[in-house]
Amino acid sequence: MTDTCDDWGLLIQADLDGELDIATIARLARHIETCPACAGLQRDLLALSSRIRADVPRPTAPLALAASLRPPPSRRGWRPVLGGFATGAALAASLALFMLTPRPDPDADIVAGHIRALQPGHLMDVVSTDSHTVKPWFDGRIDFAPDVRDFATAGFPLIGGRLDYLGGRVVAALVYRHAQHPIDLYVWPATGTAAPVVSSAKGYAVARWTAGGMAYTAISDINPADLQEFARIWAMR
Amino acid sequence: MNPDASPARTEAFARLVLPHLDAAYRLARWLLRDPDAAQDVVQDALVRAMTYFASFRGDNPRAWLLQIVRNTAWSRPRGPRLEALDDDAGASLIAPGPDPEAALAQTEAHSQLSRMMARLPAELRECLALRELEDMSYRDIAEVTGVPVGTVMSRLFRARKLLLGQAQGNPE
Ligand SMILES: [Zn+2]
Repeated sequence: MTDTCDDWGLLIQADLDGELDIATIARLARHIETCPACAGLQRDLLALSSRIRADVPRPTAPLALAASLRPPPSRRGWRPVLGGFATGAALAASLALFMLTPRPDPDADIVAGHIRALQPGHLMDVVSTDSHTVKPWFDGRIDFAPDVRDFATAGFPLIGGRLDYLGGRVVAALVYRHAQHPIDLYVWPATGTAAPVVSSAKGYAVARWTAGGMAYTAISDINPADLQEFARIWAMR
Repeated sequence: MNPDASPARTEAFARLVLPHLDAAYRLARWLLRDPDAAQDVVQDALVRAMTYFASFRGDNPRAWLLQIVRNTAWSRPRGPRLEALDDDAGASLIAPGPDPEAALAQTEAHSQLSRMMARLPAELRECLALRELEDMSYRDIAEVTGVPVGTVMSRLFRARKLLLGQAQGNPE
């Protein structure tokens, strides 16, 4: 990297951290197009961030810590560990304790799959903005035919697809883009109907719905309102 | 002990603070690199937080709690220091899994990057952990660590450059 590129480092980082305004993002993109050193730095920083998020564990607080906020169940004359803690708080704390107990996380696979897909070269198996190219690609690769649609006119262009593995089965993943951010849409057969519900998991927005014999789960780092809109357009088609 | 602690207020405290207990514990672990010491620090921090709770007016309970945890950790006599780190620091950050064999395999896969992060200077690793593992904004990290946003940015950059340098010397 040359001396003149030193100033771009913090901006490249801020972009990856989602802290840059649109105008600066555009300025940065123009520089990176012409500067292999900065393009390399961007690639390295992105890969590092993905690895940290995928590989470094996030342990939960020991149950003893939450339990210290509530009385032992079978002893009389309990004195609160924290000054002035009363039964109302103890009740709230034991509810929180319940929420802290380890349980299977339905979003963990989805988030992991999305992060894996963000690694260079892993986003798509079939790269095409044409739904008539993407749809047949799934034929023979999976035992169901996902509905493949493009929503470019609504700001969500289809950019490709791939196979992924979620919850013990192979699923279709359709990849869309919105304002430079990828959206993964996982599709697999399911019964019933459910309107889209948006939640968040580990910093990603996640939307789920069920329609037309398929379950859909969309995940992206776009803001939840935008993902809600994406899900709404899909679900009402 | 705390005469004006009404049940309603203590309940409000629990409701506000408990959702961020995991993040508080993780921050303490990154700073102290020792699960038991981390638990002690969070316990102390909860007592302090309860004491200050009456004056809490903000809209960001997570940053507020983590700031107290951070200050509690840094004020410990045996708290974070700028020093050479031992090789096992990273291993202690790995939570044991339910299945010992799976836990071991997980430990192998996780240990290198965790260890590299744990060896960063404390003021760098706290910024990186808050950004990457708690997904906090620069502004919130600045609030927790008590430095300007610009300092957060340069600390994050230094932390990442250090990890990238080590990663290059240590290909997977
Ligand atoms: Zn450059």
